[in-house]
Amino acid sequence: MNEEANIKIKNLIDKNEVCLFMKGTPEVPQCGFSMAVANVLKHLSVNFKGINVLDDMNLRDEIKRFSDWPTIPQLYIKGEFIGGCDIVKEMFEKGELQKILNVK
Amino acid sequence: MTLKIEEIKSLIKESIPDAEIIIKDLAGDENHYSATIKSKVFTGKSKIEQHKLIYKALKGKMGNELHALALNTMEN
Repeated sequence: MNEEANIKIKNLIDKNEVCLFMKGTPEVPQCGFSMAVANVLKHLSVNFKGINVLDDMNLRDEIKRFSDWPTIPQLYIKGEFIGGCDIVKEMFEKGELQKILNVK
Repeated sequence: MTLKIEEIKSLIKESIPDAEIIIKDLAGDENHYSATIKSKVFTGKSKIEQHKLIYKALKGKMGNELHALALNTMEN
């Protein structure tokens, strides 16, 4: 475990209601899966904090350990790990994501 | 490094013998796949838990040898 990265992650998901760990930024995603999740959040007009894991290798490794999830993107809402691209898309299609986020 | 469809299937089958698996090579590059997997083991589990079972079956290859695998898991 990388303690510094671990604390950083806890702070990020604590201080931001909607946190997306992604490759690239919400404005310029560097991966199709990260873009897909960012686009769903933008479509729902949700304010979210995008964290570019490509800027920080320690963070990139630690978030995989932290969530016990091997891939990026990873979405956190209200401190809870929601899932990766497939799960987020599925929840959006079923309206479940909108419910968690209190949006229509 | 890449992983072939048959290798992915056999890894999943090893952990989840009753899995019905359909895998598509999305880009024809042996690196971007989608998989639909049906099994009894998913019953009563959240989507996160279901996907974690698949990642576990892939023994750390997900995110390494295997770059992209879109997952759709279903209870059988």
